[in-house]
Amino acid sequence: MAAIIQLENLSKHFSPTIIGVDDVSLSVEDGEFVTLLGPSGCGKSTLLRMIGGFEKPTAGTIRLADKDVTWDPPYRRAVNMVFQDYALFPHMTIGENVGYGLKMMKLGKSEIETSVIDALRLVELQDKIDQRPQQLSGGQRQRIALARAIVRRPKVLLLDEPLSALDAKLRELMQIELKHLHEKVGITFIMVTHDQTEALVMSDRVVVMEAGRIAQEGKPQDLYDHPKSPYVANFIGTTNFLNGTIDSVDGSRAVIGMNGASLNADLETAFSKGAAVTAGIRPEKIRVLADGESAGNVLSGTVAEVIYYGLGLRLSVKLPGGEKVYTDRILPDRLAQTSVPEVGQPVRLGVDPQNVFVFEGRIEP
Amino acid sequence: MKNAPMNLVSRYGADTAFMTFVGMLMAFLYVPIWVLVAFSFNDSRSLTWPLSGFTLDWYRKLAENTDLQAAIWNSFYVASFATALTLIVGVPAAMTLHRFAFPGKSIFRRLILLPITLPGIVTGISMLNMFKLVGFQLSLETVILGHATALLGVVVTQVYARLQRLPKSLEEAAFDLGAGPWRSFIDVTLPNIKTAIIGAGLLSFVLSFDEIPVTFFLTGRDNTLPMYIYSTMRRGVTPEINAVATLIVAASLVLIVAAVIVTRGRKNQ
Repeated sequence: MAAIIQLENLSKHFSPTIIGVDDVSLSVEDGEFVTLLGPSGCGKSTLLRMIGGFEKPTAGTIRLADKDVTWDPPYRRAVNMVFQDYALFPHMTIGENVGYGLKMMKLGKSEIETSVIDALRLVELQDKIDQRPQQLSGGQRQRIALARAIVRRPKVLLLDEPLSALDAKLRELMQIELKHLHEKVGITFIMVTHDQTEALVMSDRVVVMEAGRIAQEGKPQDLYDHPKSPYVANFIGTTNFLNGTIDSVDGSRAVIGMNGASLNADLETAFSKGAAVTAGIRPEKIRVLADGESAGNVLSGTVAEVIYYGLGLRLSVKLPGGEKVYTDRILPDRLAQTSVPEVGQPVRLGVDPQNVFVFEGRIEP
Repeated sequence: MKNAPMNLVSRYGADTAFMTFVGMLMAFLYVPIWVLVAFSFNDSRSLTWPLSGFTLDWYRKLAENTDLQAAIWNSFYVASFATALTLIVGVPAAMTLHRFAFPGKSIFRRLILLPITLPGIVTGISMLNMFKLVGFQLSLETVILGHATALLGVVVTQVYARLQRLPKSLEEAAFDLGAGPWRSFIDVTLPNIKTAIIGAGLLSFVLSFDEIPVTFFLTGRDNTLPMYIYSTMRRGVTPEINAVATLIVAASLVLIVAAVIVTRGRKNQ
């Protein structure tokens, strides 16, 4: 597969102090579903808008199918965008909205009509063709915005927080629908979102952004299981962080000394003895041990809080050093059939060394 | 529950008071116009109650009064061209204000409003001086220029306010779908600010139609309708004037009804 989008050292500095995007290089394969993920202000939307042609970069180049399009206006790029507020034209019918982009391509009337009907059928809204955007629900407008962008058969479809205006139930449904649509039409999708679940569920590849730069990119499972920094570990999923020092290293196995405890960890990068590190452990990788049960690491503490969230239980456990760690447990039975630890009760927690992330440096608790 | 009858009484009282107030307000606004319409059909020259009889004489006189007809025609001429001119200048000015950030933008925005906030006399005198300086002959055309200047603020503020409320993404979506700047203006921006332009145009037309101070300074030998009425008034109100006014009221009513029908029709689409 060939790269359809190539960003080379792309920057957008709004002013010397306000930096939107800072020296980003990224290549997107034809047919890929890539998500730009990050908190608001991390530059993900600016990056998307530069690909769409709505912002001019201050440095770098954008190549679309090997052609330099850095300075092309939006109407000369073979990309289309689904706007966050959908931007459907209120004075046009649904049919006219979807057909507008084809009209601009100077296609014939009958050709436009067939394509519009096909596109509406794809999003299952062919019966709304003569209605106005105002008469449609949020989810329906979202699908019309998709149809309007896809009908032009762009090389790349850009989606700017496409699901953020929908309610939670509908958003979940649309995540799957969008994924299926991507498989069906075979167009490259680049989506911007601040919702990590959305990114994990839908994309082939996730690009996590931090302060205008790429913090890490990779498959969803790589980002979740091998985060390179506490920022990524905390942005995708939840992570407990514990500050410590490397006490000893034996091959890829290290022992991290912490406030009154020690932790065995499998290293993915080399650390030397005495290095200040942060250990990261996902709450679901920590289990409460039964009496006499053992694990690669055993931490003892007392239950500080019990949080019930339907799907499972989250315990906040206070370690002897004062740190608190979360542990998650999915409930296979109803709560009444489950033995729930009480606040103040001592517990032993088990963590396997391969489930401990080790990051350089310490972070403020 | 014990308080229910009391509440009912006080609510009934409040309703009555409110309706009385509204009734008085409406009377305050419209009784003068009814009086005017009634006198225009009265067959006596004196404006005294009770009415003495029905006649269409004043309308007949109106049809014969060429001075008055010329004045009406002049007013339409001035109002139409002043409106057209102020729209041609004002709409692009509003778009520029909306689109571009430039130093002194907020000062410029307020300066554009100045001609409507200034008393008409000031605008009139200053434009008179300027035309004299440039060597223009005073005529209806200088009146048109004066009105267009004074009304520019109306158009710019109305259209600018509408543009501000229009999501930026609409125009971007048009670009995205392959429309250049001109096409996207015609296809997307213009239809969405159309009602603001029409509204500003109507308002400009009406304001120009009955404008006196600026006209007073800038007109040559030709008179507009309000100037004509004003000059004949010095010889006392004639029922002829009432007839003209009645026709204007009728025309306004037709316009208002038409506007309501047009806007309602759009909503139902």
